[in-house]
Amino acid sequence: MLLLAGGVSLCALLPLGFIAWIAIETGWQTAFSLIWRPRVGELLVNTLLLELCTLPPAILLAVALAWLTERSDMPGAKFLSWLAVAPLAVPAFVQSYAWVSLLPRFHGLPAAVLVSVLAYLPFLYLPVAAQIRRLDPELEHVAASLGQTPLRVFSRVVLPQLRLAICGGSLLVGLHLLAEYGLYAMIRFDTFTTAIIDQFQSSYNGPAANMLAGVLVLSCFGLIALEWLLRGSARYARLGSGAPRPAPRQRLGNWRLPALALPLAFAVLSLGVPALTLTHWLLASGDDVWRQGALAASLAETLGYAAAGACAAAAAALPMAWLSVRAPGRATRFLESCHSYLGALPGVVIALALVTVTVRVALPLYQTVATVVFAYVLMFLPRALVGLRAGIAQVPVELERAAAALGRSPARALLAVTLPLAAPGVAAAMALVAMGVATELTATLLLAPNGTRTLATEFWALTSELDYAKAAPYAVLMILLSLPMTALLHAQARRSLGA
Amino acid sequence: MTQLVISDVSKRYGATAALDRVSLAVEVGSRVAIVGPSGSGKTTLLRVIAGFEAPDTGTVTLDGQVLADGLAIAPAHRRRIGYVAQDGALFPHLDVAGNLGFGIPRNEPDRAARLRELMELVELDAAMLTRRPHELSGGQQQRVALARALARKPALMLLDEPFSALDTGLRESVRQAVARVLAKAGITTILVTHDQGEALSFADQLAVMREGRLVQTGRPAELYWRPADVETALFLGNAALFKADIAEGIVSCGLGAFEAETGRRRGQGTIMLRPEQFQLSSVGPGLEAIVEDVTFRGGQYAVTLRTKHDGAEARFTAHVSSTEQPQLGSTVFVSVKGGPFLLPDIVA
Repeated sequence: MLLLAGGVSLCALLPLGFIAWIAIETGWQTAFSLIWRPRVGELLVNTLLLELCTLPPAILLAVALAWLTERSDMPGAKFLSWLAVAPLAVPAFVQSYAWVSLLPRFHGLPAAVLVSVLAYLPFLYLPVAAQIRRLDPELEHVAASLGQTPLRVFSRVVLPQLRLAICGGSLLVGLHLLAEYGLYAMIRFDTFTTAIIDQFQSSYNGPAANMLAGVLVLSCFGLIALEWLLRGSARYARLGSGAPRPAPRQRLGNWRLPALALPLAFAVLSLGVPALTLTHWLLASGDDVWRQGALAASLAETLGYAAAGACAAAAAALPMAWLSVRAPGRATRFLESCHSYLGALPGVVIALALVTVTVRVALPLYQTVATVVFAYVLMFLPRALVGLRAGIAQVPVELERAAAALGRSPARALLAVTLPLAAPGVAAAMALVAMGVATELTATLLLAPNGTRTLATEFWALTSELDYAKAAPYAVLMILLSLPMTALLHAQARRSLGA
Repeated sequence: MTQLVISDVSKRYGATAALDRVSLAVEVGSRVAIVGPSGSGKTTLLRVIAGFEAPDTGTVTLDGQVLADGLAIAPAHRRRIGYVAQDGALFPHLDVAGNLGFGIPRNEPDRAARLRELMELVELDAAMLTRRPHELSGGQQQRVALARALARKPALMLLDEPFSALDTGLRESVRQAVARVLAKAGITTILVTHDQGEALSFADQLAVMREGRLVQTGRPAELYWRPADVETALFLGNAALFKADIAEGIVSCGLGAFEAETGRRRGQGTIMLRPEQFQLSSVGPGLEAIVEDVTFRGGQYAVTLRTKHDGAEARFTAHVSSTEQPQLGSTVFVSVKGGPFLLPDIVA
């Protein structure tokens, strides 16, 4: 197991090795001249502006929505919490397609900020809502008994305890902002990722694209370091034993109905606009769009890639997951971080690394299905690892020992006890990977063999030709494929808290 | 002088009545323990007093000021009522100083001196002020929680099972420390607990709750020896219960006839004897009994005895000093110290 996990870790380090390698190969002089350009400065400013303008409103909105849905007596709170998570089912580039085809002049930073908030808010809402639900209401009661008004209780007791959730969610959103291609390409807002792909498509595998990728990776690591600094080392877990009693919901009184405006407005913008646009295009073009031969073909191809990616990622993550549950230790932790750092790496960097490696070292593998699936494995390895680990952790080693004490051989104990208990977790992890693959655009664009048509690439090709009507069914299929993932994530967030 | 008056307070959660017309008066400076099994409504009552919940009907008055009149209530932060939660509920994001000073205005002069004074009051070292709550032991956490509530000089202190999360050995010492601190500060205190031993030793007034109702209130010894009904008798400690015939000043049961306060009651009734009222000897005088079971409990033996008197068999438990171990199966003679208590109005 250790050997297997070590092998996977080595593969996982490939993209990082690629960045280091090109940095050395290009040489300091060239690298400096490639990086020290006004264009890079422009992209840096753009990226910075995007992060700075998107995160604060997203945080405010996520905290407000989480509080309203979890802690107030707003009517339909449970349904509205579903609505707040539902935008996860709409791939970011479909979200921007919806806005661009509704308002063709909607471009630049304001557009990028609005669509980013709509597309990525669930990443902040989920952890913040989960944390708010987990808070011990006794702390708020004590604060009130110490003479604090409700507003001060919120700012002095509730908000500080949400810090970890806000930091974690912001990091996730921030990394997505750095890594996303389709969303920003569609509304013509330049970021490092869009620039890298432009560069790649115009001048093929130039050092310029590679250098930009290097800066992008540095930005990602900078973001992680920033989050680590802001998070601090303080402990926020509830003290004491037992489970906290459920928190009472705040009575909103006369504000009960007006407060509905916020979640409803968010739902209209994030779900209503895509629904409206898609319905419009589907109605406008009639039944014909559903009869495109390419549609069925690309659906089949997408499902094939998704299944292959899910199986391969699960297989690759299994040794590590088993080790980290059954044999935790320093070496295990190191190997595990080799696996999970990939989560911070934009898909475009992983794709560039594989392009370079296959072209230079293993040309027969360039633009093959195997390389694409390998890219998926690298991209979704952290996701698979988290799910598998949770699944295996469902089966404490004591259960296997109990089975052994009852006369089962290790193999039969594994079959009779471990597998049935771990299966739901493993299946959920594979489903999450499969659905990630189904809507993946960036790496597929760069790596797929000529003639590959997944839902995402086909949708992308059609929208590039401004054929919005023909693209609509692809978007609908991608949303349908993502719906189970959304439900799964929402259920997991609730279950992990025993709600 | 009466300080806190609770009158006719009721509260329902759906179909269950958590509080059913509860009335209670608490004197200035007294220590009241509200005791009852879980689900009896004692914690709900505490939360209504604290202002975390509103009663459906009834009033709560503190120092003549109405805090709750049905659903109209004064908010918790305006009540001057201190509250210590089950496991302290220290703010995990603040250190001890931050927790203690939470209710003290920032610009108050001598703030630092006040924090040290509070630490001294609860017998903690001032060096702990910079510690984080998770670096404290359970007992220390409870002391900090108490000091934090005392910092506001509350008119009334509410303790919600504050010792139940502590280890058995620690529980006793923290309880005594808390009682000492509260007595020194002269603050009226209400303790909620399901542990009858804790209630009996902490309080000077005991209130027993069951199914949302206040069954009996009074001094602890009074309730222990003169409980209002069988459930209260058994809740406050072990008890041997016998059906008895009542004559004037005399009750007779399977153990014999005893003098008792019978008032005007005649006919049948139930009498109660506490296990420590039985004395065993090997020679008599007393009623002959067989030792059926012996359990060692450290300070004493719990001895299960079987007797036969006038053809009626009785089985009960006696507590005897652990200096002499009764032999299993042996015959002993049982005598009773102090009279039995005739439970009111329980018709057998």
